[in-house]
Amino acid sequence: MRAELRAIGALGLRSIRNTFRYPRYLGPILVFPTLFLAVNTGGAGGAIDLPGFPEVHGFLDFQLAAGILQASLLAAVMGGTGLALDIELGFTDRLLAAPIRRPTIVLGRLAATFVLGMFAAVWFLAIGFAFGAIVKGGVLGVIFVILFGGLTATAFGGIASAIALKSGTASVVQGMFPLVFVILFVSSAFFPAELMQEPSQTIAHYNPVSLVAAGIRGPVVFGLSASDTLDGLLGLAIIGGLGFVLSAWGLRARLRAS
Amino acid sequence: MSALALELSTIGVLMRRALNEILRVPGAAIPGILAPSLFMLGLTGAFGALTELTGFSTESYISFILPVSLMQAAGFAGAATGVNTVRDIELGWFDRLYLAPTPRPALLAGIVLSAGFRALLPMTAVLTIGLLLGAQWPGVSGLLIAVLLALTFSAVSASWTVGLALRFRTQAAAPLMQASMFMAVLFTTSYAPLELLTGWLQTVASINPVTQVVEGVRQGFVEGVSFTGTWPALVVLAVLLGLTFAFALRGLAKTGR
Repeated sequence: MRAELRAIGALGLRSIRNTFRYPRYLGPILVFPTLFLAVNTGGAGGAIDLPGFPEVHGFLDFQLAAGILQASLLAAVMGGTGLALDIELGFTDRLLAAPIRRPTIVLGRLAATFVLGMFAAVWFLAIGFAFGAIVKGGVLGVIFVILFGGLTATAFGGIASAIALKSGTASVVQGMFPLVFVILFVSSAFFPAELMQEPSQTIAHYNPVSLVAAGIRGPVVFGLSASDTLDGLLGLAIIGGLGFVLSAWGLRARLRAS
Repeated sequence: MSALALELSTIGVLMRRALNEILRVPGAAIPGILAPSLFMLGLTGAFGALTELTGFSTESYISFILPVSLMQAAGFAGAATGVNTVRDIELGWFDRLYLAPTPRPALLAGIVLSAGFRALLPMTAVLTIGLLLGAQWPGVSGLLIAVLLALTFSAVSASWTVGLALRFRTQAAAPLMQASMFMAVLFTTSYAPLELLTGWLQTVASINPVTQVVEGVRQGFVEGVSFTGTWPALVVLAVLLGLTFAFALRGLAKTGR
């Protein structure tokens, strides 16, 4: 068990180093969500005056969850891309020949994705604080948001890993990039679901990402509450469960291909 | 053949080369269509209720955002020209262009005008999707003005990104090209009229010249076409095209030295 944990740690550390060493990996995770946060906040800031919009300290506070979600999802895609590159370059084949359990290969990558998700949450919280946002949940709320950032990236990382394992091609995983925006646009990440237009509103009600958005947004906008946390955890369980099943299936397909 | 005819023929050949790229690798056009279309549909679904704010110039958010997506399609097509130029530089094809007995402005004009070809496909797709989903028909004159302004903006974008390509000479500069277009178009009245923007974005949008172009493209979709709504966009585009073309030309001159 300890050896497995050590292998997961080593693989995770390698992935993190790679991400921070090459700006082209880290850039998409932070730059575009930050620009989007800036435009959304300034462009749609007047929305807080709309009837039915929840009482919030500011629109930036409301949008922080969207930034964190977007960056976490992109971190998941980058993690999947890294795994696919390892497959393309033959590194995964060498790991398959090593005396470690096969799921460790995926778990190592997911450990790195978890750290990147937390890093993204810290980044957006820092931006939020710099521009006047407040976290109503206090220090505990900040910790919850950071943990949710990491868990969101990990849950989606499972799906990205499954695609990487099944396709073995980095460009296929990178094709998920636009999908990230589709998933977010049809959730309550950017706007309260009740105020969205149809059919986005109906889809947002059933989209598990809306539950995750509530889990991240709750501590920032309303303070810590059991219902928001449970909503967030439920959303993560749905997405993470799907990711787990898909990546187990992808790993089996990869082993068969190898 | 006169010198002018020779230059025009060079421009035509370079434009045809860009057209060949589109026809031979049609899959490469998909991201350029997908990104602005998703943006238009996603923002309409999410932020559509903004039209209920007092002072919003239309009741249809898709009519308001469709011109922004047209500008994005044009801007990204221009940026793709810059990215392809870097690829040509890295592969050595650009060095062969330097050896050609053609004036540099003609070479640059061919590359920059080819961005218009690239922009036509995503712009048509975005426009069709938007109109099918209920965006207001801008009328023939509104449509022509919108297309003319957006295509000229793609030439501005191409000049700017080719200038960057000639300075950086590496594909690592591609995110800079795309991000600069992203900011140029979105740091305007893209989401809401100027009076309804908040904080820093209101200040930036009021001094960002691209705001005039967005408003010029938008006029037919939300109100009606007028000379006062068109000429500021034309002046801004003429100045921007002059400046960015000079920027790219300077890069071309430096590279050839």
